[in-house]
Amino acid sequence: MRLAFASGTVVGLLAPAVGFFLVQRRLSLIGDGIGHVAFAGVAGSFLLGISPLTGALLASVGGAAGVEWLRGRRKAAGDQALALLFYTGIAAGVVLVSAAGELNANLFAYLFGSILTVTRSDVVVVVCLGIAGLIVVGVLYRSLVAAALDEDAARVSGVPVAQLNVFLAALAGVTIAVSMRIVGILLIAALMVLPVTAASRVAWSIRSTMLLSMAIGVASVLAGLTISYYANLAPGGAIVLVAAGAFVLASLGEALLS
Amino acid sequence: MSFAYPHGPAVLRDVELAIQRDEFVGIAGPNGGGKTTLLRLILGLERPQQGSVRLLGEAPERLTKRSRIAYLAQRAQLGIEAPATVREVVTAGRTIARGPFRLLGAADRAVVDEAIGRVGLTPLTTRPLSRLSGGQQQRAFIAKALAGEPEVLVLDEPTAGVDVEAQAALAELLEKLHEELGTTILYVSHEFGAVEPYVDRLVLVSGTIVFDGPPSELPAPWHDPSHVHS
Repeated sequence: MRLAFASGTVVGLLAPAVGFFLVQRRLSLIGDGIGHVAFAGVAGSFLLGISPLTGALLASVGGAAGVEWLRGRRKAAGDQALALLFYTGIAAGVVLVSAAGELNANLFAYLFGSILTVTRSDVVVVVCLGIAGLIVVGVLYRSLVAAALDEDAARVSGVPVAQLNVFLAALAGVTIAVSMRIVGILLIAALMVLPVTAASRVAWSIRSTMLLSMAIGVASVLAGLTISYYANLAPGGAIVLVAAGAFVLASLGEALLS
Repeated sequence: MSFAYPHGPAVLRDVELAIQRDEFVGIAGPNGGGKTTLLRLILGLERPQQGSVRLLGEAPERLTKRSRIAYLAQRAQLGIEAPATVREVVTAGRTIARGPFRLLGAADRAVVDEAIGRVGLTPLTTRPLSRLSGGQQQRAFIAKALAGEPEVLVLDEPTAGVDVEAQAALAELLEKLHEELGTTILYVSHEFGAVEPYVDRLVLVSGTIVFDGPPSELPAPWHDPSHVHS
């Protein structure tokens, strides 16, 4: 349980931090798409005999960068690129997992999270990658905000918007791969989006939105893990329901304040 | 230069235009006349099929230090839903000029404060843009552009959705900035009544340049842009 809490805290901070920029750029669904590709990566890892985390990382980062490349080159409209990601990812995952003969409870743990499968080495990788991700967000925060505020003006003034977009997509891929043990690859996108939308209801600046969403993310993960442990429920579902509850409370708070 | 979009008719034909440093130029014309296309060619966002464009002495697509150009897009509005304050929006303009990896220091914060002061929004520094009027939001975007200390300020339809009184106030502000900072200003709009008293030159675009000179020499019918076609 302590291992789950340790990695869960990092996930609770990183997912909304990355999700903040996806939400602001109206790319909330890209997390789902990347999650589907990560599923294919996990399935491929069963077949190749490599670590599922490695397989998920390679697939999600590659898939994320690929879809952003498609969008940036206008080779496919935004929703078409996402659809490509969604359906190809899930189809490849199902085919690979059946080829590996792993259609069992083991798969359920990756799809929806499982406290019991978190190992010490997992925690080390998750914490290291998670902290690295948070540092990257911190360093690029102002540039990501500038590009999100007004992409045209940023591009004209020399901001490498296209490269930032690909980088953000890759960071989303890392976040999803890192979070799959705790929240599950099919639900992690919710942890990237719900805390941000909840925070937006009550925040008073960009910075406060970001910080509040990270606080809500951590609180959702820790509360969800606790509920899941004592009630013997899938942690991913419990975490997302707590985050959804936070959104409802924030919406009520906004309505009362206004 | 001449330009046409792929598989489309010519949008601009035989355009010859030279803008000097420190000029305040109004580029006007009817809707669909090619004003925004001309602007996109100047900024290097499109390339002409015939002829060439130079921006600050260089080909615009290869311009070094692009932060010398500040661009206020048509219908500039926040691209995000989070409650961005005036200070955060203007600071983004400073970030663009300084680059993605440089931390902003006290000197940068002073430039941000000065830019906010120049547009008269100091009392509203911590207010989210969504709670400002259209005219105030436009001022915040101009402050964002100024925070980069640009040599050229390009505004595309800056008065869209702004009332007449705010348009006049905006024109006065731009004139004041032009006088105090010596910034070259390109003001593109289908309506130029508010800025006419302040611009050094007026350029009317309707498929090509049909007028280029001081506003005082503009034929009377062309004060209504719809007459520029005739």
